[in-house]
Amino acid sequence: MSGNGSNEPIIICENVNKWYGNFHALKDVSLRVKRGEVVVICGPSGSGKSTFIRTINRLEEHQEGRIIVDGIEMTNDIRNIDAIRREVGMVFQQFNLFPHLTVLQNITLAPIWVRKKTRKEAEAKAFELLERVGIREQAHKYPGQLSGGQQQRVAIARALAMEPRIMLFDEPTSALDPEMVKEVLDVMKTLARSGMTMLCVTHEMGFAREVSDRIVFMDQGQIVEEGTPDQFFTNPRNERTKLFLSQIL
Amino acid sequence: MATEISRPTSRRAPRQQIGLIEWLRKNLFSTWYNVIITVVLLYVIVQTVTSFVSWMVTAPGWSAAFTNIKLLLTWTYPVDQLWRPQAAMALVMVLLGLSSGLWGGIVRMVALGAAAISVALGFVAFTFPDLPGQTSLPGWLFMFICAVLLVGGDQLARLVGNKVRWPLIIAWLLAYPAVILILRGGIGLPVVETKLWGGLILTLILAVSGIVLSFPLGVLLALGRRSSLPVIRTFCVLYIELIRGVPLVTVLFMGALLLPLFLPGGESIDALVRAVIAVTLFSAAYLAENVRGGLQSIPKGQVEAARALGLNVVQTTLLITLPQALRAVVPVLVGQFISLFKDTSLVVIIGLVDLLGAAQNIVGQPEWLGTPGGVWRETFLVIAAIYWVFSFTMSRISKRIEDQIARSRH
Repeated sequence: MSGNGSNEPIIICENVNKWYGNFHALKDVSLRVKRGEVVVICGPSGSGKSTFIRTINRLEEHQEGRIIVDGIEMTNDIRNIDAIRREVGMVFQQFNLFPHLTVLQNITLAPIWVRKKTRKEAEAKAFELLERVGIREQAHKYPGQLSGGQQQRVAIARALAMEPRIMLFDEPTSALDPEMVKEVLDVMKTLARSGMTMLCVTHEMGFAREVSDRIVFMDQGQIVEEGTPDQFFTNPRNERTKLFLSQIL
Repeated sequence: MATEISRPTSRRAPRQQIGLIEWLRKNLFSTWYNVIITVVLLYVIVQTVTSFVSWMVTAPGWSAAFTNIKLLLTWTYPVDQLWRPQAAMALVMVLLGLSSGLWGGIVRMVALGAAAISVALGFVAFTFPDLPGQTSLPGWLFMFICAVLLVGGDQLARLVGNKVRWPLIIAWLLAYPAVILILRGGIGLPVVETKLWGGLILTLILAVSGIVLSFPLGVLLALGRRSSLPVIRTFCVLYIELIRGVPLVTVLFMGALLLPLFLPGGESIDALVRAVIAVTLFSAAYLAENVRGGLQSIPKGQVEAARALGLNVVQTTLLITLPQALRAVVPVLVGQFISLFKDTSLVVIIGLVDLLGAAQNIVGQPEWLGTPGGVWRETFLVIAAIYWVFSFTMSRISKRIEDQIARSRH
């Protein structure tokens, strides 16, 4: 966690290309994210935004271009991939909690098996995180016994338990009932203000406006426009962006 | 802050129960043809049950099964060594008791199931007639000892706690060879050749060996079939489809007749071992398909979440996908184990004398020639009851495990 080189980008993507068969899903996507920066990626469905953030921890393989995360270049070497995954936490649209494990076991699993922490250390950390996301009392329940919003907060705690330097959010509120969206966004806002580097695919424009440092707009596999929330909402340059904003605001 | 929110009041659901007379009228006597059907069926049922019961009471052949209970249970296992099967069972009881105390939950269900079986067995064994030179404990005493070992083990494990965990796991791994060693002898004990084994003991050994050995093999085959390495995948697919394409009898014949031909020194392989190999290879193929079904039911997001957390492929399989897959297929697996248990009776064909084989032999004993109608009905009913006790216990355990899993999810 050294502070040196804090101007050096922690994520560097250069001309990333990806195809599904003949479908060109990502077209020359380049993006640099600084330490502590909160970047929101938005765009119409099918624009490649989920695919893009999934290439950053290699849940999707890119075919061309370079991805460098925290100084480690993503190659086919499984050791590099695992090293990057240890530094990058991810939160999914569908939560993807492990239904056969309790909340506490969900959170302590990776610290114990990957970080080789003792059970005691891992559990102490887990309770601290559960406290932070406001559901300490649910530690011994199974995911199926929690509401969607609670599950997603557990998922955030689970990712944070690995003490990642970067957090990826893939539409974290899209599968939630409307009245549960706020509790998840509140946790994300606190996290953003604590200085975590965050990359969020989301349609929550309120969240984007309030906490993001930069908004990236994608369409048809390309980054069409990027800028500060102010620029983006008040003065969009691209026609496609204007159309998108007119439809969702 | 606190504004009053008026809540709608809930009412009790209307009564849905109806009286017996009304129920009968509604379900059995609603129309004239329903009345006829009810009366006719009632007559048939009463006739069948009364004639069956009166036959059961007067049947002359029950003594065949009970005077030969030793043959049914242990076949020609030497009378002066009968304490050994009991010792083997006592060993398993201790381990079950300790596991029950240590892990509780599902393990306790299994221990209870085993206890139920041992009580049933002990009860059957209680009717052992006095045999000259018999060294085994009387059934009631053995039953009592089993119960003491179970409860004692349970309490001890609760007292000592997690310290017994690793010794116990190692003990379980050694239990199978230990049981075989106790039964077969060697080191210090007089050798009892497997030729002499038979009856229920043989059935149990075949079934337990088949289950214990085919489980890891089947899981490996299931994982192999989903492997990304073409060589492994092709081998697993070929193996599974080949075995599933032939009946168990064929596999048993292959084990009994072809294995000795092809394998160098194959004729020296014990007939029982050959049967175990055949049953295991057969069962593993089916188990693999069941486990694969479970693996396929796990959403892709589970693997992604595990990989995103930095777990490697092996950890993801062992900690995330496999446990969930196995839970999902518990009912199917137990169903398969029940049918494997009953299918072991096919070994009669290759000359082994299991529970069914022992019954067939007893029926043919010359002393029953004088019994009118023979004794085969009574004898086969007795062994059917034994098969049923085991199968039913297994299916109850499966039900409890299912309930337990369902409860932990909601």
